[in-house]
Amino acid sequence: MGLEIDRERIPGFDVEGKDADGMDKGILTLSVGPQHPGSGHFRLIVKVDGDIIVEALPDPGYVHRGEEKMCEYRNYIQNIPHLERPMIADSCGILYPYVLAVEEICNIPVPERAKYIRVIMAELNRCIFELYWLGIYGIFLGHSTMFMWPMADRELLIDLAEMASGARVTHAYFVPGGVRNDVPDAFPEKAKRHLLYFRNRLKEYKDIFYDNPLFQARTVGVGILRREDAINLGATGPVLRASGVEHDIRKVEPYDVYDELDFKVITMNEGDSFARAYVPWLEMYESVEIALQALERMPSGPVRTKLGPNPKGAVGEVFKRVEAARGELAYYLVSDGNPKPYRVKLSVPSFREIPVMAHLLKGAKLADMPSIYWSMNYWPVEADR
Amino acid sequence: MSQQGQGQASTDQLTVEKEIVDRVIARFGDKVKLAYVKPRRIRFNVSKDIILEFARYARDELGFDHPISVAGVDYPKNKLIDVVYHIGSCTNDKFRSSVLVFAVQLDRDDPVMPTLIPIYRGVEYHERETFEMLGVIFDGHPRLERLLLPEDWADIPPLRKDFHTKGREE
Repeated sequence: MGLEIDRERIPGFDVEGKDADGMDKGILTLSVGPQHPGSGHFRLIVKVDGDIIVEALPDPGYVHRGEEKMCEYRNYIQNIPHLERPMIADSCGILYPYVLAVEEICNIPVPERAKYIRVIMAELNRCIFELYWLGIYGIFLGHSTMFMWPMADRELLIDLAEMASGARVTHAYFVPGGVRNDVPDAFPEKAKRHLLYFRNRLKEYKDIFYDNPLFQARTVGVGILRREDAINLGATGPVLRASGVEHDIRKVEPYDVYDELDFKVITMNEGDSFARAYVPWLEMYESVEIALQALERMPSGPVRTKLGPNPKGAVGEVFKRVEAARGELAYYLVSDGNPKPYRVKLSVPSFREIPVMAHLLKGAKLADMPSIYWSMNYWPVEADR
Repeated sequence: MSQQGQGQASTDQLTVEKEIVDRVIARFGDKVKLAYVKPRRIRFNVSKDIILEFARYARDELGFDHPISVAGVDYPKNKLIDVVYHIGSCTNDKFRSSVLVFAVQLDRDDPVMPTLIPIYRGVEYHERETFEMLGVIFDGHPRLERLLLPEDWADIPPLRKDFHTKGREE
């Protein structure tokens, strides 16, 4: 007596005919996520032929919170704390273009010291985010040391951010007209000590992780993104620079004091998952460099322009962009002259990586999916907003 | 040069921005309408009939090669929906610090325009978002379906001004 399987009734197992989407027989449709531990709150509908992915359809939206609609009901100051919620690991990065946009539309001057503090905090947050992401990248490739080390080193930088802003992750530290409060007197000294320790520590990541033959075997040559595809698909940040495009908003359109600081834009030409993991590591050295220079040059003085109770914007629109940890982050802000914005549009780097991800997964092996997915620097909460 | 007030600091020069405007006007004449020139930002209002031609010109001739953002803005008073494309450049060194903005102004009751995927593949998900948030139909888009909202969403597109968040009706 054999076990009878009613193939008609098992979804995705209909090897005889075509599935509902008209795909060829033998194509298996898998739903990866949204509860899958390897995808975040995000679903990938993957169609495989054997173990080759023939089509990948990203399906975001599980953590959509309507940030843009929320903005229309709150005034410029009330909007600060909720706008950093989509990306709590890089909360300064996601708030930065918003305050720049509000400053332009409401014509608010920024004191010189505040610009330096913002740059320092933005670079600290860049490292805090990259370490978090690197740890998760490590653990999903089965490298648990690479999870523990960045998580522990991240604490040092979080301590600094907490010292300056009072909060460990969601700082709400940037406000239109500067930063919320000045840093304590002991901050520059402590920051230098931590940053120098961290720079030495970074070298060890190469020994344990990037030089590890297992990590290399899973990432080198996997998911190669060609330069022209990267540009046309709208890739941004480390993903774009790992494909050989030298494009960094801090250089092409410097904001605050980035044009006075000396740093390099890191690029690699390989465009594979390894390069996409290696570029952020090199960029952390540059972030330390930027933060140290800014600490050195930071003038004394006020850190915040006193605002009226309910600042109003001029009628018009403004588009501001910065280089956040994951890439170019932009705000399109339309004002009709009221204290509340008429329309706020967030263009976030994670959302821009979605078509890139679909493009890279097509034709890849199913087993390479985690290394490609995590190399995208994709953050579902940020993409959904 | 300090970046504070990028708006004011270099208003007098704007040479790069003016070059972009001149080239576009020379090519399209009065078929496009210049909305503003600000430092590093140039906005044109383009009719939907020539939007594909315009985008192809921007990509191939001016080097504006990648989409940064696609936003829809609802203007019920004017009975319009603006679909605003923000396009950047990585390959043209001269224009890479500028953002070219072009907007298509659509009839609010019948917002239909061609998709720009043939020119910029990266707009696929941006346009899908604009479709579900403002109800704009992009002709020729391969997957114009739900993206971020719940699958059983049965209300009007939420970023239209006549949709109000529960408890926030004003």
